[in-house]
Order: sequence, then C-alpha cells, then structure tokens
Amino acid sequence: MPMTQTTPIIEFDHFTFQYYSQAEPTLVDINLKIYPGEKILIVGPSGSGKSTLGHCLNGLIPFYYKGSSQGSLKIKGKETKDLDIFQLSKIIGTVLQDSDGQFVGLTVGEDIAFAMENDCVQHDEMHERVARVAKMVGMDHLQTASPYELSGGQKQRTSLAGVLIDNVDVLLFDEPLANLDPATGKIAIEIIDDIHKELKKTVLIIEHRLEDVLHREVDRVIVINDGRILADMNAHELVCSDVLVKNGIREPLYVTAMKYAGITLKPEMKPGHIWSLDTGTCNEALRRWNRSVVPPAPLVAAPSILKIQNLNFSYDGVRPILHNIDFEVREGEMISIVGKNGAGKTTLSKIMCGFEKEDSGAVLYKGQNIAPKSIKERAEFIGVVMQNPNQMISKNLIFDEVALGLRLRGVEEKEITTRVEKVLEICGLAPFIEWPISALSYGQKKRVTIASILVLNPQILILDEPTAGQDYRHYTEIMEFLREINKTGITVILITHDMHLMLEYTPRAIVLSGGEMIADAAASVVLTDQHIIAEANLKETSLFHLAQLAGIPDGTQFVQNFIDYEREVGK
Amino acid sequence: MKAKLFSYNYEDTFVHRLSGFTKLICFLLLTFAVMFSYDIRVILGVLIFSAVLLKISKIRWSQIKLMVLYVLIFLVINALITFLFMPEQGVEIYGTRHPIVKLFGPYTLTQEQLFYQTTKFFKYSSVIPLGIIFLLTTNPTEFASSLNRVGVHYKAAYAFSLTLRYFPDIQRVYHDISQAQQARGLEMSGKAKIGERFKNSLMIVIPLIFSTLDRIEVITNAMDLRGFGKGKRRTWYTRAKMVQADFVAIAVSVVIFAITVLVSTFINHGRFYNPFI
Repeated sequence: MPMTQTTPIIEFDHFTFQYYSQAEPTLVDINLKIYPGEKILIVGPSGSGKSTLGHCLNGLIPFYYKGSSQGSLKIKGKETKDLDIFQLSKIIGTVLQDSDGQFVGLTVGEDIAFAMENDCVQHDEMHERVARVAKMVGMDHLQTASPYELSGGQKQRTSLAGVLIDNVDVLLFDEPLANLDPATGKIAIEIIDDIHKELKKTVLIIEHRLEDVLHREVDRVIVINDGRILADMNAHELVCSDVLVKNGIREPLYVTAMKYAGITLKPEMKPGHIWSLDTGTCNEALRRWNRSVVPPAPLVAAPSILKIQNLNFSYDGVRPILHNIDFEVREGEMISIVGKNGAGKTTLSKIMCGFEKEDSGAVLYKGQNIAPKSIKERAEFIGVVMQNPNQMISKNLIFDEVALGLRLRGVEEKEITTRVEKVLEICGLAPFIEWPISALSYGQKKRVTIASILVLNPQILILDEPTAGQDYRHYTEIMEFLREINKTGITVILITHDMHLMLEYTPRAIVLSGGEMIADAAASVVLTDQHIIAEANLKETSLFHLAQLAGIPDGTQFVQNFIDYEREVGK
Repeated sequence: MKAKLFSYNYEDTFVHRLSGFTKLICFLLLTFAVMFSYDIRVILGVLIFSAVLLKISKIRWSQIKLMVLYVLIFLVINALITFLFMPEQGVEIYGTRHPIVKLFGPYTLTQEQLFYQTTKFFKYSSVIPLGIIFLLTTNPTEFASSLNRVGVHYKAAYAFSLTLRYFPDIQRVYHDISQAQQARGLEMSGKAKIGERFKNSLMIVIPLIFSTLDRIEVITNAMDLRGFGKGKRRTWYTRAKMVQADFVAIAVSVVIFAITVLVSTFINHGRFYNPFI
C-alpha cells in the first residue's frame, strides 16, 4: 500500500505520446504514480492506449515502435528518455500475451537463461541460476522439457521465470489471459499473485478481462480509454461505478446478475471479487428475481441438418484423436463445441469440411452421407472461418476477396457483383466496398472473412474461436453479427473456450475431452458441472457462486434463468 | 499428420549425443573430402559411411523422403544438362576415348563421360545424407551456438536457427491455409494448368507471409525485451561440453579427410582417379 513517505517507482507526469504513424496522440496527459510493492490492474478496451502505456514502460517505445513524447516518465527516479530498452529490461520485466510466441529457447531451461546468455554470463553460473529460478516458479522438474510438452500454465510459469532471472523490480504482464482457456487463466492469475506475495515485486497487469484478473486481490484498478486515465480506484468502488459500462469493459457476471435483480451495489458489500462479496442485505432480492424469471416456450424441434454418427479418427492409425463421436445439429441452431487444447475440436471441424477423412462412422448432411463429396463441394453447404483472418485474406480489395470463391467457381461477373454486394450489405461492409483490406480493423477483417464464406450460400457456418483476443465491444459486435446471420436461418457452430460466449449465445454445447464426447447439454449445465468443468479446462461461472451465496439451492437453474432473462432483455 | 521437412526430433543415439560443434566440424570435413576428390572409390566409401550414420541416428525414411526426392530430381536434371553441354568432358579429363554408342548429332556416349558423370552423381549424393544427419540430429540452438563458435556472428546464427525452428510451424500454417482456400474453390491438384496453379499458390503464400510477419513481430519483441543484441558477444546455455565421443568423431573425420587427400596426391596424382590408363 502506498505510504506518503515512499517515493513512487513509476511516475507519469503530464505524459503524452504520439506514434509517428498516427494523427492523434495515443496517450494524453497521463498522470500516474505507482509505488513499490503495489499490484495494479490496468483495464481498457482495444485501442484505449493501455498497451501503449506498457510499451512506454518497457522500452519497446521508442526502441521498436517510433513516436514522440512530451512530459515526463520516471522509473526509479530516472527519466526513461535517458534509458535504453536494455537498461529498462533490468528494472521492468515484461511477460507478453502470447506464451507460445515469446518462447525463445527450445527448452524451459534455455528459455529462462535467454537474458543471461545476452549478458554473457558464464555457462556454470547460468545453469545454477536457472535451477534456482525454475524452482521459484515450480518448474524445476521440467527444465529440459520443450514448449510442445508444456501446458498453458507451465508456459506462463516459464515466461515469468525468464524475467525473474534478472531480479527486476517491476513485473509487467501485457494481456496475460488473451490466449488462455478459462482454467489456465485462473491458474495464471494465481501464479502472478503468489509471486507478488512472495517476492514483494511491483506488479502491473494490463488486461481487459476484468473479472478473471479479480479472481485474486489487486490494490488499484486503473481504467484507460481514448488515451486518458478515467478512473483510479479499488475494485469494490470500480464495480459500483458506471465507468466499466460506459467504456466498453465487461463487468463481472455476478454484478450484472445483481443489477438485473434490482440491487444497487455499494462498496460496503465488497463486490470487487466474488469471494469478498457480502450478499447479506440482498439475498432476498436475488431469490425473488430468480423466482420471477419466466422460462421461454420450448422450441419446436427443427429437422436435422448435420448428424455426426459414431465418428472415429486418428492421424497415425494408432492414437485415436476422435472416438465414437455422435451428435446431431438441427436447422437454425447456434451451438458451441468446447474442450481444452488437443481435445479434438478443430479436427472434428476439419472432418466436417472434408479436410480430413474419418476412419469410420459418417457425417450426414440432411440425412445424406457426404463422404463422397470433395472439399470444394462441401464448401457449398458447410463454410469454415479460420481463427486468424490474416490466414485467409489473399486479395487487396474487399470486393475481390469476397468475390474470390465465386470467381473460382466460374460464376458470371454480373451475378458475382450482385451476390457480393448483397453479402457486404448483410455484413455491414457495404460502405467499404472499394476499400483496401489493410485499412480495416481486426474485427472488420473478421467480417470480410465471414462474408467471403457466406457468399457461397452455405447452410452451416463453422467458426474457430471467432472472438479470441477481442475486447468486449468487438466481441459483442462479432457475436451480434453472427446472431443476425443465425436468424436468417443459417446454422452456426462455434469452436470456443469463451465461457461468456457459451452463456450468452449458444443454448447448447458439445463438450469434447481426450477425443471423447463427454457432454451434449445446455450451457448452464456445462458451466456448473464440476466434472465437465475440470475435463474441459473451464471454470465455474461466478453466477453459480452467487446462487450459493444467496442460498439458492439449484445453482444450475439460476444460471439458466440468467441466460433466459438476458435473452428476453436483449430482444 | 504429414511428416515435417527439416524437423529436429530428439532420439537417444550416438549421433544425437554428439555436441553440435562436433557435428558441424565433422560435416565440414567430410563434405570437403568428397568435394575435393573425384575418386569414385573414396566417394563410395564416404557414401556407405554416411548411410551407416543415417541408420545409427534412427532417421526414418518418411522424414527425409521429400527432401531426397527433390535432390534426386535436381541431380538427374544436372546430369542431363552436363551431358548436353559438355558431352566430351570425360574424354578431356581422362585423355582417352572409348565410344559406347553414337546417339544423335554430335553426341556420342563414351565410357569416359559415363564414368565421369557417375562419379559426379555419387559425389553429390554422398553429401546429402551428411547434411540430413546434421540438420535432423542437431537442435536448432546448438546449431546456432556451433555456427557462432566457428566464427559466424551470433545474430546471423540465431536468425538461421529460428528459421529452422519455425519451419515445421510454417508448414503447418501453409497446410491450414491451403485447405481453407481449397474450400473456397481453389484447385491445387493436377486438374489445374501449370500457370493457373502458380497463380493459385499465390493465394496461399500471401496470407502465409502476413501471418508469419505477425509472429516475427512477437518473437522480435520478446527477444529485444530480454536484451538480445545488446553486446558484441553472447554465451550459450546449451553449449554441450566436449566429451571423449566428440574427439573420436572428429578424429575419424580427420582421418577420412586425410585419406582422401593422400589418395589424390600419392595414388592418383591429381583429383581424378583414372581407370582408363
């Protein structure tokens, strides 16, 4: 906690920064003091300037990203202008968001040693220090393991060890949760917290997934948007204020539920974390709201559009990747396929599209076995959108990109124009028809890739992690768009581990684990069943905890009521 | 999954256990030896020796099939072109002329030319297994550290090793993109014309380049933030200590190299072995 006599370790004083490539400054008049030993969370939507703030601290600005700055930024009393990235890296250790991409070494030990190698530390000393730091983060038994053998949490531990080796004062985490599944994200937050408590380092976490970071305590939360600091308060005060909603940051789900129940949150209730929340004064209100939710009329069962029948698959004929998968998708459904990395989700989608061929079993489209159909033929009724739009886009202009599939099929240019224009209209891209794709945002690029598949008129759309790494606003934008598409009658299958997405958009989820299908159930069941949660690397939703706190015995029903209520309000 | 080109796999064999530096030195010595000599007996000796090493290092055929195929195609084309442009090269070298059969125009197949080209063919093909062994049994960072040790700047060495390391990943991404583009109707099979296929492959390569650039930015940032490139030198965590086996391996290579040179100087009196006199 800050004390008046200590001097700040980081001090922004009227600090403004502008990239040379931008017309406007990205950070405007930042004033912020951070004291030694504090744990600070910096939240803000994409483009708010929060990553730029991080880059100013660790020296990537101006070393890698160029721009001009005014005002002062002092770290340990020294102006950062007078320090280079190498000097800064000895004070501030940065853990980047992509735990695969930042793995420089080939083994855990080598990766931890990377900074020492660059400092010309001698061989024996290097091995001795690596062993010590590996032990600190609990990786001592895995020093010779390669990144491919590690879990997401172990990779995070390794990255952390790689910066701790320099005995830095400040640990900066740049979106540590972006690529992690819910269970691993939870572990990552616990690791960060444990290190903070043990080593008394100053910790800065830049993240937009607020609720996940608040799984453990933080001293202050700083909200940034449009390059300005909008709030600097503790978690309890923050969730009671309207700053989050106004700035496109998702508030914790239990907070939303309490608001639905008509409860006014007050800092005395300690609502910053689900574990500190005291619902004593509002249990009755929650129970009353829970009883009041009217379940929607059951849907009339639509005819089957896709049926996976006793499907088995293996790449090498020895190790089964998918074993006896069996489920049915009905026309106009929107479902999710979930499971941890390596559970077989992506393989399953590849088999549906014909990229891989099943060993036994069948994929039926409207009752017909599609085994004889080629990739190209299947694409006319099952479209697949890859996770990374950059992996799909091959043209400069939006029109050409969307028209590609039709041109390759030899459709007449006149018909192409009408079809492309219609699809761009649906996708909200009509105003950009003449634009180069490079001028679009990530979310818009994603739309272009979806449009380029929709133009072929598929009846089923499969999307691999459509919202990975997106902030709340972009997430909502993409998902609402998919919901619109779904309403036009197209069946949507989402491969995901985003729990919000499951709760809010897909009434039904198929859960895979180790190549087996372990559940085909409502999202509310999947997110409250301990066994499924553990198998699929998910996390229990905080709504379930809220139900427990309020003394509501059927937590699963409470979650279902939340979903139903939200859908009703959302209409 | 398709076998990956150039991918390093750890196996516990004699060859894998040797330090990267040793392997680099041995590779260079043996390569110089066969490059220097045009004596088919020496070349075949090295070829057999490297085939044995291939066996010892447990490299599977599926790992190297594609690479070997490309090299063979290259060698065959090379042989044809050599014959087309220099049909009398063998005669010039060996100083005799034993025609076998008159082909067409000025082209006559001679024993000398046949012998010369066979020698050359084996000479190149004996280098291939050596290269394969070195690539597939040396982990990329050790590779970089040994390059650095023989005098290559560490930045260049590291860049080279990162390229090797990401090669399997890039192949995977290429494969994914190719499938997604085929779903949109791209024809990559033999059904399309050559020109068409070339144009189509651009539709895979462009997205590949852009997604690779994203990855490069991440790894560059990660390396900068941990001080890569600040000094003129750096040390290496994985520099394996030289043990007895390493010295034995280097000694064997030196002996082979010496034999080649000695055979050339004292027996053949030149780089060529001449059976025609």
